[in-house]
Amino acid sequence: MARKIIPIGPYHPLQEEPEFFKLHVDGETVVDMDIELGYNHRLIEKIAESKSFDQVTFLVERICGICSTSHPFAYVNAIDDLLGVQVPERALYIRTIIGELERVHSHLLWLGLAGHFLGYNTVWMWAWRYREPVLDIFERIAGNRQNYAMMKPGGVRRDMFEEDFPWIKKTLKDLIPKFDMFKGAVMDDPVIHARTEGVGVLTKEDVHDYCAVGPTARASGVGIDVRKDDPYAAYDKVEWKVITQEGGDVYSKAVVRILELYESLNIIIQCLDKMPKGPIDINIKDMLSGEGIGRHEAPRGEVFHYIMSDGGNSPARHKVRAPSFMNIASNKKAVIGGTISDAAIILAAVDPCYCCTERMAVVDYKTGKKLMDGQDLIRLSQAKTEKLRKR
Amino acid sequence: MKREAIIENIKVRSGKGLIEFTNKSKNRIYFTINKAILTQTVKYLFNDVKARFSTASGVDIRKAVEILYHFSIDEIGLIVTLRVIMDKPDLEIDSLTPIMKCAEWIEMEMHEMLGVNFKGHPNLKHLLLKDDWPDGNYPLRRD
Amino acid sequence: MMSLRLKALTKSIWVYHMSTGSCNNCDIEILDLLTPRFDVERFGITLVGSIRHADAILVTGSLNLKTVPRVKAIYEQAPKPCVVIAIGACASGQGIFKNGPNCPNPVDSVLPVNVYIPGCPPKPEAMIAGIVKLIKELTGKK
Repeated sequence: MARKIIPIGPYHPLQEEPEFFKLHVDGETVVDMDIELGYNHRLIEKIAESKSFDQVTFLVERICGICSTSHPFAYVNAIDDLLGVQVPERALYIRTIIGELERVHSHLLWLGLAGHFLGYNTVWMWAWRYREPVLDIFERIAGNRQNYAMMKPGGVRRDMFEEDFPWIKKTLKDLIPKFDMFKGAVMDDPVIHARTEGVGVLTKEDVHDYCAVGPTARASGVGIDVRKDDPYAAYDKVEWKVITQEGGDVYSKAVVRILELYESLNIIIQCLDKMPKGPIDINIKDMLSGEGIGRHEAPRGEVFHYIMSDGGNSPARHKVRAPSFMNIASNKKAVIGGTISDAAIILAAVDPCYCCTERMAVVDYKTGKKLMDGQDLIRLSQAKTEKLRKR
Repeated sequence: MKREAIIENIKVRSGKGLIEFTNKSKNRIYFTINKAILTQTVKYLFNDVKARFSTASGVDIRKAVEILYHFSIDEIGLIVTLRVIMDKPDLEIDSLTPIMKCAEWIEMEMHEMLGVNFKGHPNLKHLLLKDDWPDGNYPLRRD
Repeated sequence: MMSLRLKALTKSIWVYHMSTGSCNNCDIEILDLLTPRFDVERFGITLVGSIRHADAILVTGSLNLKTVPRVKAIYEQAPKPCVVIAIGACASGQGIFKNGPNCPNPVDSVLPVNVYIPGCPPKPEAMIAGIVKLIKELTGKK
């Protein structure tokens, strides 16, 4: 049978970086894949060179809206590394709380969309409904549902109030039964097992070859986590564990994310209990020349920022590397050999953009005629689930 | 592997290729090396130490272009940075993609942003900028 | 008596969501509108996957150079009349990327924008208010 090409994208509406995947298919099987990037490129690294060090915090916040505190977090870590300053302890705890709240909302978001692609729209609606209380906490702490603007070189910009703590704790504890429900829904459902187990497997060797990070690596049994390996903020002051799974398939990735939700709640509640009183920032008067590297474990993996300063008011060079830059490349390994109906969920499993799939179209390579569009592809994926369910 | 052992091994293997070693802090070390020994040092870090390639930063420092290859050794939380300095206009360096697949995109990015030519890269074309971006216009260059 | 065409446009608005190099914040807030807390589907507003089914286009993001030709192509395929809603600071007035070399064109230089909903990101309530104002404007009702 002749090879066909399925373009996925470039128009992707919802997730991070819009990508353009070209799946080369032979019948049902994916035999090769090309990835094209750049539909979301805004030359932020160039703009950063024209902003002052304080302004860059807000600029990097707008790299990605879902992990909108990960980039500022890594950036302030880089500045603190460059200057070698000691940040007040209270600020470290507040930073940790914001980082973990973000992980909770991001993982719930992923869970919902993964459910949508498998044909469980109820999971989507539920996951997003229970994401709302997390956004309410953000609104109480920072004044905005997204783009919290809490980070600042040498501390945080806003303090947290003790009188909010009981409410925050109660809201978070109320989420635990909901997480149990999701855990049951994923771990006990035979249809989800059939759709996700052994699908899109990434082995330990692949993780090393493609340098995958975050839950994508941890689902393959590689226990890398910047929070443990190179502790920053208050991560070495609280008790928690790194979640790993051995399978490397879509199922393991889902399980890692669900179990991380519990760990994140655990970290936040410990931070609220242990948070000392005191100042929340230090005054940085002079910028030194030199270089600094900052890292943060974002919901999707390690965010890496490199700053070079010449002692002036703005960075001489600011390099940003988001986790998806590494993880999306690993899709090439995971998708090849699978079927088209599994492609949607495999591409979704590393938590990049799924909604390119809505713009997905099957085009006959020779005539260029459109055979299927993105809706059909999701329908195909959902129909497969339906078939399994009836069996 | 211990931090000191890694430093010592890189120093010994580099020989005269090592230009400078900076011990910035507990978890950050920088080596400035000659571009001739880049491939062998990366092979040591990636294949023997099993370090994770984090990313590479290309910096235009007016008279030259620097490339910093950041490796993360996760067991001990150490970041090893290899700095290679290339004088303008001779911006050519060996590609690392044959050694590690994960270097493919970042080399494409540095190629289009800074105009560095990577010898042996399988697919050196535009990654991020639009397809008809004018040749010779490199956004992160300063001249 | 409302013309049939206007009635078709303002009842049960089907929206197509087009990100032109955004940070996803506006995009996830748009999705948030569909989920239980805000649930705009009860007004017949739903997200469609194809531009050919859409009554309105929600544009987000700062319109980078690579997306400009794609955005034009998509707008040409839209059934007219079609309203364009710019969501967020970037789509309304380029926001923080105003001097960015890769996004020199404001969205309204390429598309005829009907409504601007500023904010970074605008709250879901603000988006609903924007749509309500648009419907009032189109139907002439105060």
